[in-house]
Amino acid sequence: MKVKVKLFAILRERAGTAEVTKEIQEGSTVADLWAALQQDYPKLAVPGIRLLYAVNQDYVRPDCVLKNSDEVVFVPPVSGG
Amino acid sequence: MFRVTDKPIDLHELVDCVTDPEAGAIATFIGTTRNNNQGRKVIALDYEAYPEMAEKELARLGEEAKKKWQICRMAIVHRIGPVQITEPSVIIAVSAAHRDAAFAACRFAIEEIKKTVPIWKKEVYEGGEIWIGTQSGQPLNRS
Repeated sequence: MKVKVKLFAILRERAGTAEVTKEIQEGSTVADLWAALQQDYPKLAVPGIRLLYAVNQDYVRPDCVLKNSDEVVFVPPVSGG
Repeated sequence: MFRVTDKPIDLHELVDCVTDPEAGAIATFIGTTRNNNQGRKVIALDYEAYPEMAEKELARLGEEAKKKWQICRMAIVHRIGPVQITEPSVIIAVSAAHRDAAFAACRFAIEEIKKTVPIWKKEVYEGGEIWIGTQSGQPLNRS
Protein backbone atom coordinates (compact mmCIF):
# COMPACT_ATOMS: atom_id res chain seq x y z
CA MET A 1 0.00 0.00 0.00
CA LYS A 2 1.01 3.59 -0.46
CA VAL A 3 1.06 6.60 1.83
CA LYS A 4 1.74 10.26 1.13
CA VAL A 5 4.37 12.01 3.24
CA LYS A 6 4.48 15.79 3.38
CA LEU A 7 7.67 17.45 4.56
CA PHE A 8 7.94 20.92 6.03
CA ALA A 9 10.55 23.41 7.20
CA ILE A 10 13.90 21.85 8.11
CA LEU A 11 12.83 18.38 6.96
CA ARG A 12 11.64 19.68 3.58
CA GLU A 13 14.94 21.46 3.06
CA ARG A 14 17.02 18.47 4.11
CA ALA A 15 15.11 16.02 1.92
CA GLY A 16 15.06 18.46 -0.99
CA THR A 17 11.39 17.70 -1.59
CA ALA A 18 8.05 18.67 -0.04
CA GLU A 19 6.18 15.47 -0.79
CA VAL A 20 7.02 11.78 -1.09
CA THR A 21 4.81 8.83 -1.96
CA LYS A 22 6.08 5.75 -0.20
CA GLU A 23 5.23 2.09 -0.64
CA ILE A 24 4.95 0.38 2.75
CA GLN A 25 3.90 -3.02 4.07
CA GLU A 26 0.56 -3.70 5.73
CA GLY A 27 0.83 -3.11 9.46
CA SER A 28 3.60 -0.53 9.19
CA THR A 29 3.60 2.13 11.88
CA VAL A 30 4.48 5.79 11.73
CA ALA A 31 7.81 4.94 13.37
CA ASP A 32 8.49 2.26 10.72
CA LEU A 33 7.80 4.80 7.99
CA TRP A 34 10.16 7.32 9.57
CA ALA A 35 12.92 4.72 9.71
CA ALA A 36 12.35 3.82 6.05
CA LEU A 37 12.35 7.45 4.96
CA GLN A 38 15.66 8.06 6.66
CA GLN A 39 17.07 5.23 4.54
CA ASP A 40 15.84 7.01 1.40
CA TYR A 41 16.87 10.47 2.60
CA PRO A 42 19.77 10.13 5.04
CA LYS A 43 19.83 13.89 5.66
CA LEU A 44 16.44 13.60 7.39
CA ALA A 45 18.27 12.17 10.39
CA VAL A 46 18.71 15.48 12.21
CA PRO A 47 20.72 14.86 15.38
CA GLY A 48 18.67 15.43 18.53
CA ILE A 49 15.50 16.51 16.73
CA ARG A 50 12.22 15.91 18.57
CA LEU A 51 9.39 15.14 16.20
CA LEU A 52 5.65 15.04 16.57
CA TYR A 53 3.65 12.80 14.23
CA ALA A 54 0.46 13.57 12.35
CA VAL A 55 -1.73 11.29 10.26
CA ASN A 56 -4.53 12.84 8.20
CA GLN A 57 -4.02 16.12 10.07
CA ASP A 58 -4.33 14.76 13.61
CA TYR A 59 -1.48 14.17 16.01
CA VAL A 60 -0.84 10.47 16.65
CA ARG A 61 1.65 8.36 18.56
CA PRO A 62 4.57 6.81 16.69
CA ASP A 63 3.04 3.33 17.10
CA CYS A 64 -0.01 4.37 15.03
CA VAL A 65 -0.61 1.76 12.29
CA LEU A 66 -0.94 3.27 8.82
CA LYS A 67 -3.64 2.65 6.25
CA ASN A 68 -3.52 2.90 2.48
CA SER A 69 -3.39 6.51 1.20
CA ASP A 70 -2.88 8.05 4.63
CA GLU A 71 -1.29 11.50 4.68
CA VAL A 72 1.62 11.47 7.10
CA VAL A 73 3.55 14.46 8.40
CA PHE A 74 6.64 14.36 10.59
CA VAL A 75 6.37 17.60 12.51
CA PRO A 76 9.71 19.20 13.35
CA PRO A 77 9.84 21.58 16.34
CA VAL A 78 7.13 24.18 15.80
CA SER A 79 7.79 27.88 16.21
CA GLY A 80 4.66 29.81 15.35
CA GLY A 81 3.74 33.04 17.05
CA MET B 1 -12.16 32.63 12.02
CA PHE B 2 -9.07 30.42 12.31
CA ARG B 3 -6.79 30.95 9.35
CA VAL B 4 -3.30 31.03 7.98
CA THR B 5 -2.67 33.61 5.26
CA ASP B 6 0.17 34.87 3.11
CA LYS B 7 -1.33 38.38 3.20
CA PRO B 8 -0.88 41.06 5.89
CA ILE B 9 -3.26 40.46 8.81
CA ASP B 10 -5.99 43.01 9.45
CA LEU B 11 -6.61 43.55 13.18
CA HIS B 12 -9.99 45.16 12.53
CA GLU B 13 -11.19 42.12 10.64
CA LEU B 14 -10.52 39.97 13.71
CA VAL B 15 -12.15 42.46 16.07
CA ASP B 16 -15.22 42.57 13.83
CA CYS B 17 -15.27 38.79 13.79
CA VAL B 18 -15.43 38.47 17.60
CA THR B 19 -17.71 41.44 18.20
CA ASP B 20 -20.69 40.14 20.14
CA PRO B 21 -23.61 41.89 21.89
CA GLU B 22 -23.03 39.78 24.99
CA ALA B 23 -19.36 40.77 25.26
CA GLY B 24 -18.11 43.37 27.68
CA ALA B 25 -14.48 42.96 26.62
CA ILE B 26 -12.38 42.18 23.58
CA ALA B 27 -8.74 41.24 24.22
CA THR B 28 -6.30 41.18 21.33
CA PHE B 29 -2.74 39.95 21.03
CA ILE B 30 -0.45 40.94 18.17
CA GLY B 31 2.75 38.97 17.72
CA THR B 32 5.22 41.05 15.74
CA THR B 33 8.53 40.19 14.13
CA ARG B 34 11.57 41.71 15.80
CA ASN B 35 15.00 42.51 14.50
CA ASN B 36 17.03 40.48 16.98
CA ASN B 37 17.06 37.10 18.70
CA GLN B 38 19.55 35.85 21.28
CA GLY B 39 22.00 38.60 20.45
CA ARG B 40 21.90 38.13 16.70
CA LYS B 41 20.61 40.66 14.22
CA VAL B 42 17.63 39.26 12.32
CA ILE B 43 17.21 40.72 8.85
CA ALA B 44 14.22 38.71 7.64
CA LEU B 45 11.71 36.11 8.77
CA ASP B 46 9.91 33.44 6.84
CA TYR B 47 7.01 31.37 8.17
CA GLU B 48 5.87 28.03 6.80
CA ALA B 49 2.78 26.04 7.80
CA TYR B 50 1.05 22.77 7.19
CA PRO B 51 -1.95 24.91 6.39
CA GLU B 52 -4.86 22.46 6.60
CA MET B 53 -3.71 21.08 9.93
CA ALA B 54 -2.63 24.45 11.31
CA GLU B 55 -6.11 25.86 10.75
CA LYS B 56 -7.66 22.78 12.31
CA GLU B 57 -5.36 23.09 15.36
CA LEU B 58 -6.11 26.80 15.72
CA ALA B 59 -9.84 26.04 15.68
CA ARG B 60 -9.25 23.34 18.28
CA LEU B 61 -7.53 25.90 20.52
CA GLY B 62 -10.67 28.00 20.21
CA GLU B 63 -12.77 25.03 21.35
CA GLU B 64 -10.40 24.33 24.26
CA ALA B 65 -10.54 27.96 25.35
CA LYS B 66 -14.34 27.86 25.34
CA LYS B 67 -14.24 24.88 27.70
CA LYS B 68 -11.86 26.63 30.09
CA TRP B 69 -13.29 30.16 30.16
CA GLN B 70 -16.58 31.85 29.55
CA ILE B 71 -15.75 33.52 26.31
CA CYS B 72 -18.02 34.55 23.46
CA ARG B 73 -15.84 34.23 20.38
CA MET B 74 -12.23 33.78 19.37
CA ALA B 75 -10.41 34.48 16.12
CA ILE B 76 -6.80 33.66 15.23
CA VAL B 77 -4.97 34.49 12.02
CA HIS B 78 -1.33 33.52 11.47
CA ARG B 79 0.78 34.89 8.65
CA ILE B 80 2.96 32.62 6.51
CA GLY B 81 5.64 33.38 3.95
CA PRO B 82 8.08 36.28 4.30
CA VAL B 83 7.16 38.77 7.04
CA GLN B 84 8.96 42.10 7.30
CA ILE B 85 10.44 43.22 10.61
CA THR B 86 7.76 44.99 12.75
CA GLU B 87 4.85 43.39 10.88
CA PRO B 88 2.33 41.18 12.72
CA SER B 89 2.98 37.45 12.35
CA VAL B 90 -0.08 36.45 14.38
CA ILE B 91 -3.16 38.20 15.73
CA ILE B 92 -5.59 36.76 18.29
CA ALA B 93 -8.88 38.36 19.31
CA VAL B 94 -11.17 37.10 22.07
CA SER B 95 -14.48 38.49 23.24
CA ALA B 96 -16.02 37.68 26.60
CA ALA B 97 -18.62 39.03 29.00
CA HIS B 98 -15.79 39.98 31.37
CA ARG B 99 -12.17 40.96 30.82
CA ASP B 100 -10.53 38.27 32.97
CA ALA B 101 -11.76 35.49 30.67
CA ALA B 102 -10.82 37.45 27.54
CA PHE B 103 -7.25 38.07 28.74
CA ALA B 104 -6.80 34.49 29.99
CA ALA B 105 -8.05 32.90 26.77
CA CYS B 106 -5.90 35.22 24.67
CA ARG B 107 -2.81 34.27 26.68
CA PHE B 108 -3.68 30.58 26.46
CA ALA B 109 -4.01 30.77 22.68
CA ILE B 110 -0.60 32.34 22.03
CA GLU B 111 1.15 29.95 24.43
CA GLU B 112 -0.46 26.91 22.78
CA ILE B 113 0.29 28.16 19.27
CA LYS B 114 3.96 28.11 20.18
CA LYS B 115 3.75 24.50 21.37
CA THR B 116 1.65 22.46 19.01
CA VAL B 117 0.36 24.26 15.91
CA PRO B 118 2.32 23.12 12.82
CA ILE B 119 3.84 26.46 11.89
CA TRP B 120 7.58 27.08 11.59
CA LYS B 121 9.66 30.24 11.66
CA LYS B 122 12.95 30.67 9.90
CA GLU B 123 15.16 33.55 10.98
CA VAL B 124 17.59 34.92 8.42
CA TYR B 125 20.74 36.59 9.73
CA GLU B 126 23.61 38.20 7.97
CA GLY B 127 25.55 35.17 6.83
CA GLY B 128 23.13 32.47 7.90
CA GLU B 129 19.64 31.27 8.61
CA ILE B 130 18.04 28.92 11.12
CA TRP B 131 14.72 27.19 11.73
CA ILE B 132 13.54 28.16 15.20
CA GLY B 133 11.87 25.72 17.56
CA THR B 134 12.34 23.59 20.61
CA GLN B 135 9.33 21.23 20.50
CA SER B 136 8.62 21.98 24.14
CA GLY B 137 4.97 21.06 23.92
CA GLN B 138 2.92 17.95 23.58
CA PRO B 139 -0.41 17.97 21.80
CA LEU B 140 -3.37 18.40 24.11
CA ASN B 141 -5.07 15.14 24.94
CA ARG B 142 -7.84 14.22 22.56
CA SER B 143 -10.89 12.57 23.95
